Amino acid sequence: MSELDVLKELESMRMAGLEALAKVENEDALQAWRTAFLGRSAPVMQVFQKLGSYAAEERKEIGQAANEVKVALEGAYAERLSELKERATAAALASESLDVTLPGRPVVQGRLHPDTQMLRELFSVFGEMGFQVYRSREVETDEFNFQLLNFPVGHPARDMQDTYFIEAGERGDNPILLRTHTSPGQIHAMQEAAATNPTNPPPVRIVLPGMAYRYEQTDARHETQFDQIEGLAVGPGITFTNLKATLSDLARRLFGENVRTRFRASYFPFTEPSAEFDIECFLCGGKGCPVCGGGWLEIGGCGMVHPNVLRNGGYDPERYSGFAFGLGPQRIAMLRYGINDIRYFWENDLRFLEQF
Amino acid sequence: MLAPLSWIREFVDSGLTVAEIAHLLTMAGMEVEGVQIIGLPMPEPGTVDTKVSGLAWDREKIVVAEIYEVMPHPNADRLVLCRLYDGHEEHIVLTGAPNLFEYKGKGPLSEPLKVAYAKEGATLYDGHQPGWVLTTLKKTKIRGVDSDSMVCSEKELGISEEHEGILFLDMDCDPGTPLADVLGDAVFDIKLLPSYARCASMVGLAREIGAMTGNLLKRPAPPIMPPEGKADFAKISINDPQLNPRFVLGLIRDVKIGPSPELIRRRLKMAGIRAINNIVDATNYVMLEIGQPLHAFDYDVLRERAHGGKVHIITRSASKGEVLTTLDGVERKLDETTVLVCDEAGALSIAGVMGGGESEVTDATKSVLLEGAAWNMINIRRTAKAQNLPSEASYRFSRGVHPSMCDKGVSRALELMAEWSGGRVAAGLVDEYPLPPVSPLIEITTHDVKRWLGISIPADEIAALLSRLEFKVELSGDAIRALTPDHRLDIEEGVAGKAELIEEVARVYGYDNIPEARMADLLPPQKSNIELEKDERVRDLLVAAGLQEVINYRWTTPERESRLNPPGAEPDDRPYVKIANPLAYEKTFLRHSVMASVIDTAERNARNRARLALFEIGPVFLHGEEPGLPEEKKHLAIVLAGQREISGWQAADTAAMDFFDLKGVLEELLNGLRLPDVHFEAGRHPAFHPGKCARIMVGGKQVGSFGELHPQVRSRYDWPATFKAPVLAADVDIDALYPLIPALFQTTDTPTFPPVLEDLAIVVDEKAPAAEIAKLIKQTGGKLLTDVRLFDLFRSEQIGAGKKSLAYSLTYQAPDRTLKDEEVKQLRGKIIRRLEQELGAKLRS
Repeated sequence: MSELDVLKELESMRMAGLEALAKVENEDALQAWRTAFLGRSAPVMQVFQKLGSYAAEERKEIGQAANEVKVALEGAYAERLSELKERATAAALASESLDVTLPGRPVVQGRLHPDTQMLRELFSVFGEMGFQVYRSREVETDEFNFQLLNFPVGHPARDMQDTYFIEAGERGDNPILLRTHTSPGQIHAMQEAAATNPTNPPPVRIVLPGMAYRYEQTDARHETQFDQIEGLAVGPGITFTNLKATLSDLARRLFGENVRTRFRASYFPFTEPSAEFDIECFLCGGKGCPVCGGGWLEIGGCGMVHPNVLRNGGYDPERYSGFAFGLGPQRIAMLRYGINDIRYFWENDLRFLEQF
Repeated sequence: MLAPLSWIREFVDSGLTVAEIAHLLTMAGMEVEGVQIIGLPMPEPGTVDTKVSGLAWDREKIVVAEIYEVMPHPNADRLVLCRLYDGHEEHIVLTGAPNLFEYKGKGPLSEPLKVAYAKEGATLYDGHQPGWVLTTLKKTKIRGVDSDSMVCSEKELGISEEHEGILFLDMDCDPGTPLADVLGDAVFDIKLLPSYARCASMVGLAREIGAMTGNLLKRPAPPIMPPEGKADFAKISINDPQLNPRFVLGLIRDVKIGPSPELIRRRLKMAGIRAINNIVDATNYVMLEIGQPLHAFDYDVLRERAHGGKVHIITRSASKGEVLTTLDGVERKLDETTVLVCDEAGALSIAGVMGGGESEVTDATKSVLLEGAAWNMINIRRTAKAQNLPSEASYRFSRGVHPSMCDKGVSRALELMAEWSGGRVAAGLVDEYPLPPVSPLIEITTHDVKRWLGISIPADEIAALLSRLEFKVELSGDAIRALTPDHRLDIEEGVAGKAELIEEVARVYGYDNIPEARMADLLPPQKSNIELEKDERVRDLLVAAGLQEVINYRWTTPERESRLNPPGAEPDDRPYVKIANPLAYEKTFLRHSVMASVIDTAERNARNRARLALFEIGPVFLHGEEPGLPEEKKHLAIVLAGQREISGWQAADTAAMDFFDLKGVLEELLNGLRLPDVHFEAGRHPAFHPGKCARIMVGGKQVGSFGELHPQVRSRYDWPATFKAPVLAADVDIDALYPLIPALFQTTDTPTFPPVLEDLAIVVDEKAPAAEIAKLIKQTGGKLLTDVRLFDLFRSEQIGAGKKSLAYSLTYQAPDRTLKDEEVKQLRGKIIRRLEQELGAKLRS
């Protein structure tokens, strides 16, 4: 074959190779193509094998031309390969695509009761202010629930806390009862602290959470068994300004930095002065709405610990002073989460509990 | 307490609006729970910090008018036509008001009748509908006569529920004057706390408003004067001055019983008290005005009972079984704690609570003996409660009415009775005052105020604040001596009195004006609340295990709890802690079992959920040996029932949870509490299936038990028919468990050398407990065997009846080197030999 013929041949090999490659549609066919056009017995390879039969001059030219064809085919192969790979990946991804709007697999999730959640939040806020949790019994004596808290026997203030009594035989003026507030714990805590050093009792700073009971008909706003958290701070220099700051700080932590608070005069037998603690309604911004009525929400009662109560706890009211307050974790949760019925809490309907 | 604005204003000029007065009272401790607007303009929304209701009267459309003539209606007997003048023009107005009929057809009236006249377009309450429904006047035709306006009743105006006839105005006012200017009012609904008894009157409220605004209190003018002369119409004997410190009598003769003036009747109605007649109304009016409850007797009835002798009033305690018919017609049985007002013939009334029927004032009464007394507040409270007789009088007496008010009340009422009934007041008052209270004299210093309130107020300012509340004050340096005014009983002697005085200083100073300051006091010793921390740890572990916490009512009934005891089981005969005054039988007993509460919760929720996983930590209540305070023991209860996983649209394990689901939760819990030496033993419990019940042992002590509910127990609950899963429950004695929890726990290093993993399958006798086998393997493997895990359990014919196959995955590991095959082989051999020797186990290939 003349040199010219060989060169023509090589050109047609290149054309044939590229033409065939264009028809290759999968990796298997591509491998077959590779064997056919770039394998040992491929025409272009055979040209290399036969190079020896040409004159030196021709050998060089033919060799160069054959090499060009080989490089071109190899390049085309590599390009095709990556093209096919990409196409395969794209096809695979397309076939795997999900309906992402289908629901996720249900997770078995445990939850704390909303009241526990609320209490934990309160413990944490009060804990940072140095108030520690003190718990005491739910069934109490009249003495601890009332008398030591400055509710004398027969006093009209007792009408503020209708009471469940326990059958326990004749006990005169000291019947057994379900505590009407967690305040008996104030006396227990003060007496315990005072016992450690009766002449110089240590300061007290506690919160008292727990169930309390009132003898009244239940409705969406009133429960006969409810949850309460009280606070008590006693020391040589506790003042009404401290009470205001503590509860306002609490309100800002619970209801937002800009919430306004107010303290208005009130009456509780175990505090003097006594106050009601309100926050500006965060639902209507204080304009007045069906929840708050006149723009303020009652959050709890508070005041300076009555001298008689300090004394009953073992603290000399001439040397010590203190403040106390009481809040309803359920009420706070109701306001925050729009809970319309206080009875939901202990009914434990999972349709309610699972919302927390 | 209901207080009309116009009445309060009679005693104090505050210059305050309705909204400002409501705010002031609320901030000063007399919470205004609502304001009812009667005709005055409605306050702008957002300006009143309480609920506002009522109706503002249109100044153009609701005006004063004068009726000149009342004419018959041409077509209707029950209607009349009024010719009236509204200040601009004359109208003919149709009405059915019965109180106009007496003027019908009498021609032009010599004196016109002043009425409230509403024109077309005015908004009023519908007088014919029950409750308060607003309506707007429109032009209509009634029985052929055009009607577009009306003369109004009190109900239509929102003054009271009175709709029997129209309202007549008895004040000086010109036709055309907006009605709001002459009758417009607002009624404050005030919640009075027990220590605010002194404010249960218009003067009391006005005094507070005056003190808070710095305005002086106006007195009823002219000042109340007792009738002159020496009284000789009665004598008084008080048996026990502790119960009855003072008793005052006055007398008025020749009274003509009739209605009180319109203004008085309207005020009483606005204050929520029915107007009756000029005598009874005078007693109520004075009670509302100055706070002293009064009681009127028919003097002639008492004279008759005295058979011509001197009327002799005696106050004494009732004798046991004594009976009195009160003026509500009820025959009341009394006991020795009830105090009675009597004469020599017997009981007349229950002191401070309610009068007797026989001596009450009637239309025929000619002479009235008027009682103004002071009673022991605790005694009155007890009697009013025992007799279930809350009254306006007992409301005040049970909160404390100062004895200094008695004569003032009687004198004031005699004055009003004379004015309204034409009677003659007899000379003098009979006044028995054996126990005048000592007004406390309290000394406080600026230091006391600073120590309690945290603010420095100069002594003269403190004195000025207190004198605004009528304390008589004396200054000496930093000290203020304050004598309690004689209308209040809420200030005590001593250190309590000091605090009470400081409260008064703070109130008048304004709680709002006291700044906030964070505590600077020494922090008390900070201690851990270990029990609470453990409670929270238990909660967290159970929540992490997928359980929902519940909190139940402490109430139960023995019937509900006894469902856990199947027939034949030993009953729970521990006595219940029982409420003496329950609201309902379901709320009578305090629970013995938290587990029973949680099973009840599961039962209620089984209708709505296919998977139930619940727990509660809480107390049970047990009576001790002695009657008295019960024991409160804390328990943890867990209940599982239903699907293991929640089904979605993909495959899920929806098989019913079984014994081992609950055991897994308990293992996680006990492991999470780092309890050492935990094991489980087959146990017996009446509530549980005899073969599916275990005791939880920690350190050799039982801390609880769990199992699957006995079928006979399960069937005593009302599960929905579709809910077929077994119910698994656990009861853990928290008081026994917590002391066993170690304070700390130790970790092991993460291994750096590779472990050798091997499986070991053996066939053993069915009776060999799995825990024993695992224990043997662990013991034999020693330290190098770091984990033993059962991964398969099966029984088959191939391995033989009464046999089971257990397959374990064993992990061998040394902390300091890679184990050699030879070492592992030796250990494995030792384990197999031990199992063969001790349990007759056979290795499965």
